[in-house]
Formats: sequence, structure tokens, C-alpha cells
Amino acid sequence: MNDHAPARSPQDLDDAIAGGIGESPIRPDGALKVRGEYAYSSDLWAEDMLWGVTLRSPHPSARIRSIDVSGALKTPGVYAVLTHEDVPGDNLYGLKDVDQPVLASDVVRYKGEAVALVAADHPETARRARERIDVDYEVLEPVTDAERAAHDETLPKVHPDGNLVRYQPILKGDPEATAEVVVSGTYTLGMQDQAFLGPESGLAIPAEDGGVDLYLATQDLHSDQAQTARALGLPQEKVRMTLSGVGGAFGGREDLSIQVHVCMLALRTGKPVKMVYDREESFYGHVHRHPATMYYEHGADADGRLVYVRAKLYFDGGAYSSKTPVVVGNGTTLGVGPYVVPNVRIEGWGVYTNNPPCGAMRGLGAVQPALAYEAQLDKLAEALDMDPVDVRIRNAISRGESIATGQVLDYPAPVAELLERVRALPMPPERDGTELDIRELPGGASNTTHGEGVYRGVGYGVCIKNICYAEGADDYSTARVRLQALGGEPAAMVHTAAAEVGQGVVTVQQQITRSELGVERVTVHPNDTDVGKAGSSSASRQTYMTGGAVKTACEAVRRRLLDRVAERFGEAFGDLSLAGGKIVSASTGVLTEIVDVLGDEVIEETREYHHRETYPMDAEDGSSERVQVQHAFSAHRAVVDVDVELGLVKVVALDCSQDVGKAVNPDAVVGQIQGGSAQGLGLAVMEEIRVGDGAIRNPSFTDYLIPTILDTPPMKIDVIERGDPNSPYGVRGVGEPPTISSTPAVVAAVRAATGKDLTHVPVSPEHVVDFGE
Amino acid sequence: MRLKFTVNGRQAEADDVWEGESLLYVLRERLGLPGSKNACEQGECGSCTVRLDGVAACACLVAAGQVQDREVDTVEGLAGEDELDAVQRAFVDAGAVQCGFCTPGLLVAADDLLERCPSPSDSEIRESLAGNLCRCTGYEKIMDAVRLAADRRAEEARS
Ligand code: FES
Ligand code: FES
Repeated sequence: MNDHAPARSPQDLDDAIAGGIGESPIRPDGALKVRGEYAYSSDLWAEDMLWGVTLRSPHPSARIRSIDVSGALKTPGVYAVLTHEDVPGDNLYGLKDVDQPVLASDVVRYKGEAVALVAADHPETARRARERIDVDYEVLEPVTDAERAAHDETLPKVHPDGNLVRYQPILKGDPEATAEVVVSGTYTLGMQDQAFLGPESGLAIPAEDGGVDLYLATQDLHSDQAQTARALGLPQEKVRMTLSGVGGAFGGREDLSIQVHVCMLALRTGKPVKMVYDREESFYGHVHRHPATMYYEHGADADGRLVYVRAKLYFDGGAYSSKTPVVVGNGTTLGVGPYVVPNVRIEGWGVYTNNPPCGAMRGLGAVQPALAYEAQLDKLAEALDMDPVDVRIRNAISRGESIATGQVLDYPAPVAELLERVRALPMPPERDGTELDIRELPGGASNTTHGEGVYRGVGYGVCIKNICYAEGADDYSTARVRLQALGGEPAAMVHTAAAEVGQGVVTVQQQITRSELGVERVTVHPNDTDVGKAGSSSASRQTYMTGGAVKTACEAVRRRLLDRVAERFGEAFGDLSLAGGKIVSASTGVLTEIVDVLGDEVIEETREYHHRETYPMDAEDGSSERVQVQHAFSAHRAVVDVDVELGLVKVVALDCSQDVGKAVNPDAVVGQIQGGSAQGLGLAVMEEIRVGDGAIRNPSFTDYLIPTILDTPPMKIDVIERGDPNSPYGVRGVGEPPTISSTPAVVAAVRAATGKDLTHVPVSPEHVVDFGE
Repeated sequence: MRLKFTVNGRQAEADDVWEGESLLYVLRERLGLPGSKNACEQGECGSCTVRLDGVAACACLVAAGQVQDREVDTVEGLAGEDELDAVQRAFVDAGAVQCGFCTPGLLVAADDLLERCPSPSDSEIRESLAGNLCRCTGYEKIMDAVRLAADRRAEEARS
């Protein structure tokens, strides 16, 4: 760490807490967090620091004629005003395609695009100076319709190469197959926001070597480091990053936000600079979930067995590509859901428009089609007069069967079992007229009903999600594990770059180390770029990947230790194990203490863990022997009460069965499933960024509503463990599936209560009630 | 302007406070008390919840000048150094903390609730925490934590 670390900086997590794999020890950062002492990226502070702010485009599409910063520069207290001309390196970055300017130069492509930066001694001074930057725009007509952007060559081009980011078809069997029973529908999904609570923020400190140290909140330190270094024109080792406390992420911190900007200001002024977005800026400063329009047709035989699925999926990527290519890949490969379908034709388009950029959000690319395919299965059940769960079970995919790309699932896929289990969970009590608490009715304390006009509905949803990176990406994580005697006790230190964003990967690393090395004291070193890549805290991958890396590094440490023991005691290496700080032989029992073997020595090993190779999809038919490394499944049952006169929905219960392979930390697993379910509930009935003419109409928590404790029902969580033979400990990614299957379950329940079609999420009162003209 | 008030039982002073600054800004940026959080600064999320003369309030909506000579209690004042009070312990034990950004505000709100109403019903808990957003947990473990804290406080009171 550098000598000028900020006064409030990321802490070592060394609370002595017992608990190995399969137990639920408390979090090592828990006490700091409840004391208010955990250093989030917005809490950082350094002597003499300045505040940075960003000027953003007021237009979704415009040409920049000129930028005049002289007025802003003259404001007392202002230290720097920077534009695209001040970007020291490449003025372009991006996760997949490098297509986004650090600061707009000739054009702006969305309302909210960064145009200029100010650093001043007080945030209000910086904001006032920002108002004095004069940008002369020539306003252009924005491209706002994703479906037209995919096909209409006459539209303006958002980027020089046109408006298509990715087109991917999947063809399987006979794409023109016919069937006895056919159901079809068009479904649309609004733009969802991650709405993490901790705003984008960071503190950049210029270093004596001409580089910079950045303390920040992110999901992937090394991805940020590579992109930032390139934009700053610095070698990567001069752009050092340390993770500070992250107030949630959910995909919204995969793309850069403040990173390059705050470093530019620090390097220019020679002073520490802090940037913190306010909530409105946060809505403009990160990508959102892709809105989608999806056309589906399902054909089945008279027994309800699927014969074919044909679908067209349009994803609006907004102004920059971000994760759009991956959304198209996930959306198409998972587009038929967790079902066996012999004949498939799916096409997916991801496009550029002048709408806000869209990218990663929990359930990436799998949330959108799940709304559609689950609605279709319900329609099919109705057409066949079958039970909706039975029709799903009849078609459920299982181990040994293949998904649309032809990939055979060579691990458990207990979809039917999950559906059976979630159906068997106890139902919430019926509402009876006698002991009515109006707070438990739709509308709650606003007292809009006493039960009249309120109907109950039950709905189911099940989903499939790929875990880890896919389509041939070299996905790996790195861990450094050190073992030594400290104060007469064996102590381990784990060092990775795996971003702790709230999910609890810190706890998982401690648990694995305790189990593998048989020691209690395990410290988690702050995450930084002094150790190799961990990849992103996304795709439900950190327990799998960084868990795998920590396990592998521990095994290397253990090997070195046990080699010595085997030699000294003449025991067979294979008989030796570590437990409770001791070295144990299978034949002769406890041999000695770990600390006695270690003496003054420090054993340290660094290892990478790579998952099984995946392969790209064929461009013509989407086939791939292994497009994704693992799939995860969850099933939800939602119970809702709907006031059909006012269209108000109260979710009464939202229960889930999920296979997690192996629950490394069972309590944390339940926490992930509940949190994910609530985000899916939000998408089902309340959350939508309203975009009109390219502008966000509701960039605040006043107008963009996320579920409160009143909106969220009790959730029973049923976890099963059907281990994946290919993953460390058999783990299966946990975080994303519950966000995916909860949404269609809630919508199905509202359909059941109201008899309405409901093809758009979020469902709003006007979809439920005919309010007339 | 010069500001004097009591924070967590101690006298605090800040100089050159600009009249537009909120209590939240003064706590976080001038007094070195960043425990109260800044998730929205619009009065919508509760992450900045403090007690002002004993009453729960959003520090982001309180103008700094309004606290002159008054008493403010923040999450940092819930327990002594290296201690956790019953509500804090319950949040950790129940797994109610994930990213933790909502936690300080929830703790102050829950502490306030339990003081007014030592054994709240589920409906009462939900109602009094309705102004505190949490994006990570789905609130189930927060409910567990508040119930646990109420039980433990009752037990402490009995013994
Ligand atoms: S920060 Fe004060 S209510 Fe959100
Ligand atoms: S724990 Fe992250 S917002 Fe509540």
C-alpha cells in the first residue's frame, strides 16, 4: 500500500471467527459495518483533498461545436477544468467493444454522457463552476426505437459502423416444425436499475512516481485498472487500485464511472481528489438492464410436450456497447428456458440507440426471456387445460439432455425436483374477513380497501442461468495464501482481488482457508491490484472461481507443509491432514502442531484457478459443444392479492427452491436468494426507468421505486445441494437465478388474480384496471 | 457560519459551514463521522437516519444551521468503543448485513423503534422501517434481526 493512504482506508478483516465450509460464520466485516466504521468509497478522506464533479450532456444526440471552460476556470476555489483535450491516453474505453469516450469530443450519444470535469475545494464550488462551462451543441434527432435500429438502414448511425452490436441466431432440429397446439405472444420488459445504495465514488491520490493510487468501489479491479491505465496513457503498474467498501453492485459497477475522471483530476492538480455521485447522477452514471421486446411462439403436442420454440429477441443497448454482446449470447442460448425443446429457432439482436447505455445487471440477458418463456408455458397449460407446474415438469430439462446450442448438461439439473419442492412448500394463510389488518392488503395503510375487490392469485416461475464467463472467455481467478505462526498460533492470510460487494466472498474465502488449512485465524487482506486478476464479481462466479483459487493456493501451501512433515516423521504424505491447528496422521493420530513445523518460516503460495474451457457459438446456427461452463436453476411460487378496482398489487408470499450445488455458507446463500427474489419482485410490479425521447424521466428514488420492507413479503427458501462434479466443492452459482424466476412467478400470480394478459413488466395499475379514456 | 452542537454526547464544532450544507455533510465531511450514509440525499432512502433531540430524522434533509445547540445521535454513538449494543449484535448475528450501506440508518431506526415499542409486532416493524431502503437482503433477515434484538433486550431487562 502506498505511503499516502487516505485517512480512512480499507481495513484488514481479521476478526477471529470460527467456521469452515458448510457452516455459517458471521461476516468478518460485520462488526465494522454495524459500528459505522467500515470505509466505503464515499467515506474516504485525505488531507487537502479536492472534490471532482462531471458535466453531462443535456441531449441524447448532438454534435459538440465548442466547449468554453474559461468562466469555470475563473471561479475562486477551482483547481482544474478538463475536457476531451485533456485525456492523456486513448479517449476510448469499454468492456467488450472499446467504443465509449472518457469525455465526449465531437458528439454526444446519450443524455448524461460525460463532457467535462471540474475539481474544486468544496463540492458546491465545483458544482457552481460546472454551470459556467459553456458547451455549444448542435442538437440531432435521436435514435430511440431498438427494433427499428436493428432493421432500418435509413436511421442515423449512432456509431460509424451502424446500429447493430450483435446478431445471433440459434437453429436446432427443424426450425420450421409444426405442432398440434400453438401459443404465441409478444412481451416487453422495461429498463431496470441496479439501484445499489452506495453511490459511485472514489478517491484518487497522485503518486510520486507519476502514477496514481485509486481507492474505489467496483466489481473488477483489474478490468478497471487496464481501461483506466490506457485512458491515462500510463503503464498498468502506475495505476494501482484498492477496493474500498462497496455499497452493492448488481452489475452496475462493471463499467467505468468515476475511475478515469477522478484520476485525471488528481494527476492534473497534484492533489487527492474525491468524487461522489449523487443519486440523480448515479442514474446517468451507470448502465442499466437492457429493455427488451420479445416475440415468442411455442408449439406442443396434445400431451403438453414441447415440439418447437421460435423467438425473436430485441435488446436495446443504448448508446454504448458495454455488455450488449453478452446479453445477446445469454438471451439466445437460454431463450427457451430450462426445458427440452427438439426444434428451435431463436434470433437475438443487440443494438445501439441514443437511449441510456445498458449493460450488466444481475441475471444478465436471462431475465428478459424468462418473462416471455414462462408466460408462454402458462398459456400452453391453459390451452391444454393442464396444471402450469405439471406442464413445466413434463418439459423440464435434466442431466444428460441438451440446451438449444446442443451443449449436453453433464451435471445435475434438478428442474423438475425444484418445481415439485416449491409447489409443496406450505401456502401462506388464507385471508379471512375476520382479523383484517389493512396494512396487509394492497394499498396498505393508505386504506384504499377493506378487502372488497381484492383477489388472490398464485403463480410459478422457473429459470436457467449460466454461471461464470462464457463463449470461450479465459475465465480465471488468482489467490495468494500465506501461512505462518503468529503469537504461537497458526495464522493464514488470504489475498485476492475478488471484489466484496456485499455478497460475502470475504467470508467464503475465510471458510475455505480454515477448512483447507485447519486453522482458525484467517485474515482477509484488502482487495487490490497487487495480486493477480480475480475477474468480476458478476455472473454468480466468485465462490466458484475465487473459491477455487483459494482452495488451490491452500492446497499448495498444505503440500509444502506436509512434505516437511512426511520427511520428518516418516509418514506417508497421503495419510496426513490438517485440523484444529494440528497435523494429523490417518495411521498414528495427532503428530504435531502446525506452528512447530512452521517455526519462523512463512509459507506463501499464489495460484490461479481456471474453469473448464468453453467455446464460441457458431455464427450461423449458434451451436457450441460447451458455450457455458455451468447452469443454475431456481423455481419460485408467488402469492399475490390484487385490488382489481385500483390495480394495486400486494405480494403476499414469494417462496423459492434453488439448487446451489454446495452451500459453502448456508445463511449467506439464503440471504442471496431473498435479496435476489426481492429485486425480481421489483421488476415485476414497480421498477422501471422511464425513458422518453432518450431522456430518463425518473432519476431519483422519489420516482424510481424499489421495494421497501412493506412491499416485500415473507420468503421461504428451500435450498438443495446437487453437487456439480466439475466445480470446486460442487458449488453452483447462487446470486442470479432468484432474480430471474421471481419476476415471471409474480406476474403469473397477478394474471391468475386478474385474468389479464399482462405482457409488460413492470405490471402497473393501468395494465390491471381499465381506467377508460 | 460557525456551528456548535452535541454529537453522541460530545460537544462538536465546525467552522466556515456554508449555509447550504446539510447535517449529513457536516457529520461526514467536517466531523469525521461517515457512519451515516448518503445513498440518495433526497430524503428517500433512510441511509442517513440519525436522531435529532431523540427523534429519528434524515440527516440529509436537515440544514446544518438547524442543529445549532441541539443533540444529534448517530450510528457511531450506539455503543461504546469495541462494543456492540443489542441491535448491532442482532444485525450481525442474523445475517442482516450484506453490503451494509443501509445498515447504519436501519440500526438507528430500529433502536428508535425498540425504545418506543420494546416488543413490536411484525406489522409494526415493517411500518417503522418503511423509510429505510435495503437493496441487498430482501428484508427477511432484517426482520429477524429486529425480532432478535427485541428478545435480547427484553432478556437483558429481565436479568
Ligand atoms: S441519504 Fe438521506 S434519506 Fe437518503
Ligand atoms: S445490505 Fe446492502 S443495501 Fe442493505
